[in-house]
Amino acid sequence: MAVIPQTVDALTSATEPREGWRAAVGDFILQRPLGAAGAAIILLMVALAASADVLAPFDPLTTDYGAMLSAPGPGHWLGTDAFGRDVLSRIVYGSRTALMVGLGASLIGAVFGALIGVGSAYFGGRVDLVVQRVMDVFFAFPVIILALAVVAILGTGVGNVILAIATPMVPRCARVVRASALAVRETPYVDAARAAGFGHGRIILRHMLPNVMAPLLIMATAFLGEAILLESSLSFLGLGVQEPTAAWGLMLRGAAVEFAESAPWMAFFPGLAISLAVFGFNLFGDSLRDALDPRLRTQ
Amino acid sequence: MKRLANILALVSGAVLAAGLPAHAQQPRSGGELVFPVPSEPPSYDGHREETFGLIHPFAPFYNTLLRVDPFDKGGTKPAPSIAESWTASPDGLVYTFKLRKGVKFHDGSEMTSKDVKASYDKIIFPPQGVGSTRKGQYAIVESVEAPDAYTVRFKLKSPSGSFIASLLSPYNFIYKADILAKDMHWYETNIMGTGPFTFVEHVKGSHVVGKKFAGYWDKGMPYLDGFRAIFMRDSAAQVAAVRGERAHIQFRSFTPKDRDNLKAALGDKITVQESPWDCILMVGFNHEKKPFGDKRVRRALTLALDRHTGSKALSQIAIVKAVAGVQVPGTPFATPPEELNKLAGYWTDAAKSRAEAKRLLKEAGVPEGFSFTFSNRGLPMPYEPLGVWMIDQWRQIGLNVKQNVIEARAYFGVIRKGDAEVFMDFQCGYIVEPDLDMYKFLSSDRNPANYGRYKDPVLDDLYDKQSRATNLEERKKLIRTFEKRLLDEEVHYMMTLQWHRIVPHSSKVKGWTITPSHYLNNTLDTVWLTQ
Repeated sequence: MAVIPQTVDALTSATEPREGWRAAVGDFILQRPLGAAGAAIILLMVALAASADVLAPFDPLTTDYGAMLSAPGPGHWLGTDAFGRDVLSRIVYGSRTALMVGLGASLIGAVFGALIGVGSAYFGGRVDLVVQRVMDVFFAFPVIILALAVVAILGTGVGNVILAIATPMVPRCARVVRASALAVRETPYVDAARAAGFGHGRIILRHMLPNVMAPLLIMATAFLGEAILLESSLSFLGLGVQEPTAAWGLMLRGAAVEFAESAPWMAFFPGLAISLAVFGFNLFGDSLRDALDPRLRTQ
Repeated sequence: MKRLANILALVSGAVLAAGLPAHAQQPRSGGELVFPVPSEPPSYDGHREETFGLIHPFAPFYNTLLRVDPFDKGGTKPAPSIAESWTASPDGLVYTFKLRKGVKFHDGSEMTSKDVKASYDKIIFPPQGVGSTRKGQYAIVESVEAPDAYTVRFKLKSPSGSFIASLLSPYNFIYKADILAKDMHWYETNIMGTGPFTFVEHVKGSHVVGKKFAGYWDKGMPYLDGFRAIFMRDSAAQVAAVRGERAHIQFRSFTPKDRDNLKAALGDKITVQESPWDCILMVGFNHEKKPFGDKRVRRALTLALDRHTGSKALSQIAIVKAVAGVQVPGTPFATPPEELNKLAGYWTDAAKSRAEAKRLLKEAGVPEGFSFTFSNRGLPMPYEPLGVWMIDQWRQIGLNVKQNVIEARAYFGVIRKGDAEVFMDFQCGYIVEPDLDMYKFLSSDRNPANYGRYKDPVLDDLYDKQSRATNLEERKKLIRTFEKRLLDEEVHYMMTLQWHRIVPHSSKVKGWTITPSHYLNNTLDTVWLTQ
């Protein structure tokens, strides 16, 4: 009896021929240059976030009332805001907030979405019907409205913003994963696992979930860019990350709006950072989808 | 020679005209004043409401017993309105007001003491089910009497230093007694007063229109043919309306940036009036939460603020400016700057102040990097800039402060529960008067709006004494002692910076003087337009 699970595991793990990661990266860059550009932007953002303490010329929270609303120049490369805080330093530290919220929300959205999607597909019948109707309810609300509702209930702050952004992502992820999981459910190794008497949890987690990882990874990558944009939107509306935390969306509100004409750098550079980050994640996500989607691969 | 004489006459005339105060220039009758109002009231009843959204568009339809002198920039000088004179008995327990004769309601009937008594009875002794927001301010009144048609008498339970000031409330509209006798709620949905303008229409969410009352008691007034108040919540739209010369004035306030933009765009077509504003944001400490029950910690937090530098910097980006105690700077009971600067947190040497703050924190056992949450209200101006400023100031004494911004409508509900540690609190008065401005700080068993949850009988006693003091100098002294205890010795609350009112308006508008209160000076009888 011990032979069957080994066979099943072997089946799941032996679907792709293995190559060196350097070769894979090289192929990705050559075949998908736009995706590589996106990856470069993401890597730059990660590097900024990781080494913010070293790279940022000033403490992002320190005010300097003698340098309020200073234009970009040698002292402050990207200028200062209405409190005399260095815009460049706040952008560099803001990448941490963006990545933290983006990764956190994507991770939570993807994990819960995957579990719900695979579980729904696996159990099928009434469970699937009920779960999918609940997902339909969530789909009825635009993403930003759902996030706003969650923030209104939970309150502001980084943790709550992550949950608020993850919430609308869960049903979308669940729907995509369910579609893949329905096909996986019918595969012989799942039947074999059932026949071997494995519990639902083991079948879902060890046999089905790994086989829907490709669409899950694509969704999670696409979510990252969207999560950064959503975090910026919530912060801009005053419902996301709160002052004095360095966050790109937050840098766009308040005095940045009021002084948009006389001190455009306050809004321009954080806006540029948001655009670049979202652009990078979207490029990378699209290319990843193309690379991992078997239908596109065969074409 | 004659030509030279003419030129000289013209020049001297121009010089004289330029030197005269606005209200002394020859007023011109006619025209419609247009002004945006950022808020709309729930009802028309001044006795019940507490928003400037009622005062700005609806005060011109009414008179009050007394008013603040419309040309007093301090906004505290009593002036006659429908009472032409008043006297107080030597023991300070009876105030007698002589009413003007010939004051007409808009329905043509004469206003008499019966109407004043009915209005004040409604304010001070409202029947069950009738709302009167400010009746607590008249708790000292024993009775209101109307011994004859043109005399009104208020009998007090004890002498009061603030009674006359309390009658200057712009909300105390004089209503018609016969209408109140039939229906005490009539004025919630209807308008009919003795004011300089009669009601034409109110289109909800859009505008209010008033036209000149031909039978107004003050002959020759009002100067305007009418007014149009336009409800406009968005501040950018209000600024655009003034900039586009579609509105003459917004009576509340604009930001420093709006002022600068309007001035740059319109030059001499814009006149700017500014004043310290009788509104202030204060920081409250929940005395039931550790370590904020320790006055050394509270004192350290106020010592951390460099108010003088903050004033210079923040006044460029926010509607705050003056460094203040419990009274608006420049008003009769305000502490002079040199004396105020002796209080904790008002010292001019910020380094010394912060060194003392650090010492106090150490003494209180608060470790370096101690973290707490500061609750702030989710309104951009001036809550947000003040929040950022204070958090930065507290960082400079080694504290790590996280800001929790709570949605504006839900804010006071959350603070009232007592969960917040350190929080932003707010006070805004319709007139600068110590009784009104200091009531906020009384012990929690006397004032439920004291969210600091402390009891201080000494402070309460000082409040009562100053309230009863009829001698100006004695009252000033008591107010100073109150202020020192509140802000320096006990630091139950700490002041941020006084709000600063900025009203850039069309230079065509004359006869209107800014005061520290955006609730005052909206009867519009003295206002006129140059063209």
